Amino acid sequence: MNAKMTSTPTSKIVDTTVGDGLRFYGIWLAGIAVLIVLPLIFSSGGSLTSFSLIGIAIVFALSYNILLGQTGLLSFGHAVHYGLGGFAACHMMNAVVSHGWPIPLPFIPLFGGLGGLAFALVIGWVMTKRAGTVFSMISLGIAELVASSSLILRSVFGGESGISTDRTSLPKILGLSFGPQLQVYYLIAFWLVISAIAMYALTRTPLGRISNAVRDNPERVQFIGYDPHVVRYIAFCFAGFFAGVAGGLAAINFEIANAAYLGAIQSGLVLFSTFIGGVAFFFGPILGAILVTYLQLGLTSVTGVWQLYFGIIFIGIVMLSPGGIAGLIMMHRPLVRAGTLPTVIPSYLLAAVPTLALACGVILTIESIARTHSGQGSPINLFGVAFSPASPVTWASAAILVAGGFFVARLSWRRVGEAWDRATTIARDRGYLA
Amino acid sequence: MTAAIEVRAVEKRFGNVGIIRDLNLSVAQGERHAIIGPNGAGKSTTFNLISGHIKPTSGEVRLNGDVISGLRPFEINRRGLSRSFQVTNVFARMSVWENVRCAVLWATGHRYAFWKNVDSLSEVRERTAQILDDIHLTHRRDVPAGLLTYAEQRELEIGITIAGGATVVMLDEPTAGMSHAETERAVSLIRRLTEGKTLVIVEHDMSVVFGLADRISVLVYGHIIASGTPEEIRRDPKVKEAYLGEEAH
Ligand SMILES: Nc1ncnc2c1ncn2[C@@H]1O[C@H](COP(=O)(O)OP(=O)(O)O)[C@@H](O)[C@H]1O
Ligand SMILES: [Mg+2]
Repeated sequence: MNAKMTSTPTSKIVDTTVGDGLRFYGIWLAGIAVLIVLPLIFSSGGSLTSFSLIGIAIVFALSYNILLGQTGLLSFGHAVHYGLGGFAACHMMNAVVSHGWPIPLPFIPLFGGLGGLAFALVIGWVMTKRAGTVFSMISLGIAELVASSSLILRSVFGGESGISTDRTSLPKILGLSFGPQLQVYYLIAFWLVISAIAMYALTRTPLGRISNAVRDNPERVQFIGYDPHVVRYIAFCFAGFFAGVAGGLAAINFEIANAAYLGAIQSGLVLFSTFIGGVAFFFGPILGAILVTYLQLGLTSVTGVWQLYFGIIFIGIVMLSPGGIAGLIMMHRPLVRAGTLPTVIPSYLLAAVPTLALACGVILTIESIARTHSGQGSPINLFGVAFSPASPVTWASAAILVAGGFFVARLSWRRVGEAWDRATTIARDRGYLA
Repeated sequence: MTAAIEVRAVEKRFGNVGIIRDLNLSVAQGERHAIIGPNGAGKSTTFNLISGHIKPTSGEVRLNGDVISGLRPFEINRRGLSRSFQVTNVFARMSVWENVRCAVLWATGHRYAFWKNVDSLSEVRERTAQILDDIHLTHRRDVPAGLLTYAEQRELEIGITIAGGATVVMLDEPTAGMSHAETERAVSLIRRLTEGKTLVIVEHDMSVVFGLADRISVLVYGHIIASGTPEEIRRDPKVKEAYLGEEAH
């Protein structure tokens, strides 16, 4: 009896780890393969630039999630480490060139990381003494402090114009000059892979597990032998290091570091990306960084009020799906396992139509108001249909889409809810849901 | 032989209110010691004082002869004292497995290691599996602790407390709110898991107390009015008056 009780669970554990192991390596290898072939498929200069920025944003967002998702620390000043990493990288590149040191460009992000880490080591002990609101407020204060110092200490931060550098002047490695964006992209992709693997591995260490415990219940952690302050401090240093790596990559990409790197907007963006992507899963911030960077690049060219859309998306996610995109995706895992996912798909498709109509109505409304007020009055192009912002036809369409879309969307989402309830009940009966 | 726990003349005031007054308590090595007393007598506060959760206003606490009052909870825990909480205090978003494993990590010497893969630490894995088996939660290993039933959470609470292999274990009302059958199961669990260790337990169920404890201390209004074997406590007139009499109503 006893032997049976212990042997059954053990064999199950082995089974799942072998299966999970294969899928696990598969996902990582697929990710690396995508990074390698992306520029071969989309080879325009614009795409390469976008991919490079997305890669940097992913490293940055993952580093932020060491704090937010893993350790439960909400920082409003994470860009400080990113920015200092950027400056450190620029100074290092210039020093390498002027002293003739034999350090090729691919090693530079490491110095960016050390820059971010150094600041975390110095400031972190005091900052991480307390979690919660105290930590958030101090992070905000430190960010302001550093941002204002950056404009005062001209020799270090280069004032308004920043510190510029020339990445092609560094010693060559493998004959690469890193002049072409393609080479820079692969450099970023390389560091992205290294950093992502390192940060994932960190979550699987004793420190990573205890960070989660500190996030959930810092009081109880003290009664299992751990000082939550030390845990938060080490996590903070890792986050600072990888933010610095991201900043170093940005410095290489733009060949400049300036005060904007470590400012509040940058800190806000990384919080935004990480949260939208979902903090509870490792891949969440990756999705968030991709989406936000893509939107940022795409929206700025089609609308003047792209921040407004960011705000709406952020509020929408916070209210409707606090787990972010990753949370939404992972909600479906029990249904996939139980085989009931197909029963909810039709209701999704049905709900998508009025929801899209509602979204179009909102966009028309926002753009009409924004464009009439800014006095430019350029037509709104929505899926190839041009609307004049000053025309009553546009306003009427907007009103109908918003009102009608909202009404029908509510009904159809209720249907989704019902289909969802049925599917989860079955999943629960089949033992795929606690 | 030095006592496992020695509390000497401890006072604790919250503002102007003296909650613990001249508390003296001695728990011998390997003893099962129950603390009983009416609600609000200061039993949990006593646990908090010993485990470092709060600091005494005056007086001193010793663990195996060393002064520990003034040390922080994790320092005391590292010296081999572990406690549970009356109100379940687990890591709600982490799985049952992760909860217990985290409680094993310090004791197995892995501390703040960020260069080891936690899944490949075989001693940690075996100990965690053993404890899950002990607390009958192996089949719930992947469930987030926050989703367990009340009784399961109480068992997990015990599991986390004993996971680090502490030699002095303090359990604050481990069976509170459990049904009769659940209580019986929990008590036999406690008996088995604290074999050869020093146990301090706060318990309301008198049949549990008298069945389990080697010695009993009675706490009333922050002061221990009697301390002795179950027989001595049963006969003590002060206890009858102050506590057991009240129970009999
Ligand atoms: N942090 C605190 N601040 C003020 N009063 C407290 C605090 N903790 C406990 N008390 C008070 O101390 C008394 C004893 O509480 P407690 O130790 O929880 O009793 P018991 O566990 O014996 O039921 C209660 O009156 C309680 O209100
Ligand atoms: Mg109590």
